[in-house]
Amino acid sequence: MATSNNVLISVQHLVKEYNHGKVHALDDCSLDICKGEVVAIIGPSGSGKSTLLRSLNLLEEPSSGAIFFNGTDLASKAVDIDLHRQKMGMVFQHFNLFPHKTVLQNITMAPVTLKKKTPAEAKAQAMTLLERIGLADKANEYPNMLSGGQKQRIAIVRALAMEPEVMLFDEPTSALDPEMVGEVLDLMRDLAGEGMTMAVVTHEMGFAREVADRVVFMADGKILEEGSPADIFDRPKDPRLQDFLSKVL
Amino acid sequence: MWWSSLFTDMRPSDFLNFSFLPKYGTAFVRGIEYTLLLAIVSVLLAVIPALLLALMRLSKVKPIKWLAGAYIAVFRSTPMLVQLSIIYYGLFYAISLPRLTLFGFVDISRFIPGVVALALNSSAYVAEIFRAGILAVDKGQAEAARSLGLSNWQSMRLVVLPQAIKNVLPALANELVTMVKESSICSVLGMAEMMFAAKTIAGSTGISLAPYTLAALVYFCINYPASKGIEAIERRMRRGDKQ
Repeated sequence: MATSNNVLISVQHLVKEYNHGKVHALDDCSLDICKGEVVAIIGPSGSGKSTLLRSLNLLEEPSSGAIFFNGTDLASKAVDIDLHRQKMGMVFQHFNLFPHKTVLQNITMAPVTLKKKTPAEAKAQAMTLLERIGLADKANEYPNMLSGGQKQRIAIVRALAMEPEVMLFDEPTSALDPEMVGEVLDLMRDLAGEGMTMAVVTHEMGFAREVADRVVFMADGKILEEGSPADIFDRPKDPRLQDFLSKVL
Repeated sequence: MWWSSLFTDMRPSDFLNFSFLPKYGTAFVRGIEYTLLLAIVSVLLAVIPALLLALMRLSKVKPIKWLAGAYIAVFRSTPMLVQLSIIYYGLFYAISLPRLTLFGFVDISRFIPGVVALALNSSAYVAEIFRAGILAVDKGQAEAARSLGLSNWQSMRLVVLPQAIKNVLPALANELVTMVKESSICSVLGMAEMMFAAKTIAGSTGISLAPYTLAALVYFCINYPASKGIEAIERRMRRGDKQ
């Protein structure tokens, strides 16, 4: 367990209910994410792992509980969530690039609109990011000209352009053709190596084992087990986790 | 023939008795221009209120949502002629307009009430077009924009609306076609559009049928190619999206 002074995100007793409490998407989830830590969230589909991740930047509004980010409770109504979201990058399963904007505009739109950078600065930064992922030549193309792997890597650098303190990945490789999974995971591995704090909902068990500092197993809206990759994959305790691993490994 | 007694002395050629054209052709052409002006100005005026109504309908604030819903319900559930009469005899009885004439044939004191009535009516329909267009934009687009820190309005303005408007352009053009037809109702209040021109010509020449046939032909020749053109553009847009 991490010491509290380097905890970046602290989720406390988070509950998400649908249909007036008949469905519990999240059932009393608590989780700490420390600076520089890579946390992989695994579990069967419908287990609430995406809901938990999307709650971290309030794309899902929790029914009760608290989400502390840098010491501020994001679930509180008084908080300007837009300001905090600028520091929490998010990557989606279906990329969600803006189809009416070029690759370059996709990356520069938020930093320029939110006055974090001048258009010239934002463009220079975007080109640096694109060069890093080897797609500088695509800067003026529209997203529909790109492959899935290229789209997802651009979605990642679009989030990075806001210089976030944490990156949230919601099944970033699930919608990709198998031959494109590697290029996206490589970029994520690089980010982790640079010390980026990351929370990753994933079905890529190999990636979770290799890159994650900590693995969280969820089922039925509950966090049933968490620990180092070695603990989770080699010495699973919870029978649900044992059952899950026997099916996916 | 047994059925000839069912008819008066009307002959089939009466449908096409265009002998009034040399004398009244100019009046008819002005009627066409008036009709097009009414339709285009009304739809253009309707766009901004319609966008506002659509955004209000999608608002989370209940009274705002309800207000827009009520407006749309009223204008979609009452006849255009009734709306036009209430606006003309009610609203513009209170507001007196100058007796001005534009382009030599558009009298402001009648044109403005007509355009306002058509625009108010049209905005209710266009609002629903916009609302459908906004809802058709994938939810992930707004989520991606919001996750970057953009406000609700910034994400609407920069990400959702540009895609929604592109999607609804064909429906907007169809609304224009509808307005070209619907504006004929303004003849009732003496606006000198195409239907009024036909009525006037019929009255003053005694040729009671052919002016209306001509009006029908002109309406058709404007609207049919226009809607076919819109269909073609729609098809091309759909193909573009798939790539």
